[in-house]
Amino acid sequence: METTQLSRNTNTSKIDCIRTVTFTINGQSTQLQLPPWVSLLDALRHHLHLTGTKKGCDHGQCGACTVMCDGKRILSCLTLAVSKDQSSITTIEGIADNGELHPLQKAFIEYDAFQCGYCTPGQICSAVGMMQEGKAQNRAEVQELMSGNLCRCGANSQIIDAIMEVYIPETHE
Amino acid sequence: METINQKQQGKALSRLEGALKVTGAAQYAGEYSAPDLLYGHVVNSTIPKGKIQKIYTEEILKLPGIIEIFTHENRPSLAWFNFQYSDMDAPPGSPFRPLHDAEIKYYGQPVALVVAESFEEARFAASVLKIDYEKEAFTTNFTNQLDDARAPKRGFATLLKPLPPKPKGDFDKAFDESPVQVSADDYYHGTEHHNPMEMHATTTMFEGEGKLTIYDKTQGTVNSQLYVANVFGLSFKDVRVIAPYVGGAFGSGLQPQYQLFMSVMAALELKRSVRVTLTRAQMYTFGHRPPTLQQIKVAAEMDGKITALHHKATAETSRFEDYTEVVVNWGNILYPVENTKLDYELVPVDVYSPLDMRAPGGSTGLHPLECALDELAYELKMDPLDLRLKNYAEQDDSENRPFSSKELKECYLQGAEKFGWYNRSPQPRSMRRGNRLVGYGMATGIWESMTLPAKAEATLTKEGKFRVRSAVTDIGTGTLTVMTQIAADALGVGLDEVEFEYGDSKMPFAPIQGGSYTVSTVGSAVVAACQALRKRLLKIAQKANGSLFETASESKVSLTNGHLSLSEKPDVAVSFQELLTVSGKRMIKASKTNIPNPLTLKKYTRAAHSAAFVEVEVDEELGVINVTRALTAVAAGTIVNPKTARSQIVGGMVWGISKALREETITDHRLGRYMNPNLAEYHIPVHADIHDLDVIFVEEKDDIVNPLGSKGLGEIGIVALPPAIANAVFHATGKRIHQLPIHFDMLL
Repeated sequence: METTQLSRNTNTSKIDCIRTVTFTINGQSTQLQLPPWVSLLDALRHHLHLTGTKKGCDHGQCGACTVMCDGKRILSCLTLAVSKDQSSITTIEGIADNGELHPLQKAFIEYDAFQCGYCTPGQICSAVGMMQEGKAQNRAEVQELMSGNLCRCGANSQIIDAIMEVYIPETHE
Repeated sequence: METINQKQQGKALSRLEGALKVTGAAQYAGEYSAPDLLYGHVVNSTIPKGKIQKIYTEEILKLPGIIEIFTHENRPSLAWFNFQYSDMDAPPGSPFRPLHDAEIKYYGQPVALVVAESFEEARFAASVLKIDYEKEAFTTNFTNQLDDARAPKRGFATLLKPLPPKPKGDFDKAFDESPVQVSADDYYHGTEHHNPMEMHATTTMFEGEGKLTIYDKTQGTVNSQLYVANVFGLSFKDVRVIAPYVGGAFGSGLQPQYQLFMSVMAALELKRSVRVTLTRAQMYTFGHRPPTLQQIKVAAEMDGKITALHHKATAETSRFEDYTEVVVNWGNILYPVENTKLDYELVPVDVYSPLDMRAPGGSTGLHPLECALDELAYELKMDPLDLRLKNYAEQDDSENRPFSSKELKECYLQGAEKFGWYNRSPQPRSMRRGNRLVGYGMATGIWESMTLPAKAEATLTKEGKFRVRSAVTDIGTGTLTVMTQIAADALGVGLDEVEFEYGDSKMPFAPIQGGSYTVSTVGSAVVAACQALRKRLLKIAQKANGSLFETASESKVSLTNGHLSLSEKPDVAVSFQELLTVSGKRMIKASKTNIPNPLTLKKYTRAAHSAAFVEVEVDEELGVINVTRALTAVAAGTIVNPKTARSQIVGGMVWGISKALREETITDHRLGRYMNPNLAEYHIPVHADIHDLDVIFVEEKDDIVNPLGSKGLGEIGIVALPPAIANAVFHATGKRIHQLPIHFDMLL
């Protein structure tokens, strides 16, 4: 890297570029002062200490950072926080309802759908999104539409078992 | 050996930490915070060998938020001797010392740590730090250096990982004179990386007065504590390492990795709390499963009796350590053979030292062995399973000693029955579904059952509950759950009355969590501590109420409803509160170290066994391989928790499928660097790749391995899958592929 480019960056003072971002996180209105290059994932983990959302690659390759944004599953590591101003975000911490576990969360425990637990929040958020999309008609399609979420412990079968326990595909005649 | 009642063991209990993991409340090493937390980002070398000439830190230090840049030039003075960098799993040689000097030993070597007020500032500064190098000639391809192959050095690590036994009989003569022979010298698998989903991270809390609390991603809290204390010259009591939740490791956490060093160094120097989290690409800049080239020769009589076995492995290692694994020893444990020649050699090249990765050695060595047996069966026109039954080992022929227990035959029979093995037509390419060729393959698995010394502590708390502690981690194996079950049984109480605490170096010593020995090692210590506590409580009861408990022994008392009572006469009882009062203490503690008797254990070969059966479909035109179903029958002694046990085996099977068909780190040997250090190009199975996986646990009783009779399950699920898949691919296509992973282009 050339010195000229470096000094240009140096001159971009932090204060100049801070943005105010307002979003609803798990039902709570939240305001953050962030530089524009902070990812939604790092905003959640570092600024809000909502560490349930996991970083497994930071490149959109593993699905561990999946959250719900305005009802759709997204990869929070590939999303700049400032781009989600005024959005409604649901993270794994907001999936349970007042302490009552979501049926998927219960099924994950019952089917032993995790071992180390690190990919689990992303799997669950992704499954919630997948179910709302309503595209999958059978187990094979659920497997396909959940394949963006990697699991290194090899709990794949149990994860799909747990989702199939809860998911009732819409039948299109 | 005393037997303990097993009310909780055998229950298919869901993981006790389940709710914390499904709600995101479980916190991992890089998720602990402090008000003054700093972020460190590591800079890695961009050459594989040479010297750092200059690091241009000056400009970077002017960037906003940057606190300090650590390099070999300004790092604090550290431990003088090499051995002080050693840990419980260090191979013989000279351990890698981060930021030691200007020398570059491998591509991706950590050369600087940028510390900043925010993660983004540290990451950006690290990305623009300019470094001049003086490049030197290097080589990373060990298969081009086979003339350098040599015997490994011996050391502490080779005690647990024995080198091959001496040759037996006359292999060459027996091989030449046998009517049926199989021979190949091209079995190969490439480099593999552990890639746990959680990247390695350490958060060091600077507590002042020289004290550190370290949240580390590790498989051994005491191992990390030992390393930090030795390297930084700190007192053990000032270094506390906590690893509450570990997002997978599979061996990557068996040794302290450089993020621990970096985080601690920065915290000590800056007197602030510092977190260092590696990137996914940096997860490819420390240990890996070494690429290995293997030769195998097997010969037999016409009736299938194996007469001669030669198995040779040549593996990659680094220039600074001799990493070894047990690759070639398994053949003569699994099959009685009179003439054997087993060799294991290393070739050092310019890479980081390899590191134990799930089923190290076993998953490497069983591949050629079990494929060669399949080839032999075809040469003999014999069923591959019948060939194994013909050569069934009633004792360990390599050591000439009995097995502590071995129900492998039941694995074969129950597995074959449930899978429908004998429905297959033996001829390759003879089974199909539409345009897909169908193949069945099988293989045998084995993994040694070790028990190491460990300590545990059991306590009756002032609330009248029980607490059991060990420094052991739970890397996702279910340790918390099964130790709670074991402790409940050993105390004779319900699950609700006992809490297992773990993952903290302040707790009683446990070795690194690996090698499938945790249940055996820590479980045995938990049993010993719980029994010691029962004895202590009885003693106090005798003190409190001598006449009533005078003749009672530890095995004759119950701990129920807040009372210690005689099992035969429950109304003869004393309350826990009274015991606490009489003892004059707030809690009653007992701790015990379990040291397995080496003389008893030396008399037996102790191993878990498995038989794997696999069905593959291969697209006839495109060569795409799909494992449509697989079954593993396992003999591993007592199964403490069938639910978590099944998950361990199924997880291992997924690893086996991955090794056979997916994962490999590919090196560009012209640049000396890995080309696919990310999860998009380092392929592991996704949900759509994994189909019908089945597990059978056959009954196996073992009074020798340990008081629990349990052999460990972390590795046994993997080892048989790669050869079973390769054999199934042959059955489907008629092609013998000796390289892993098997890709569709190899079949076209």
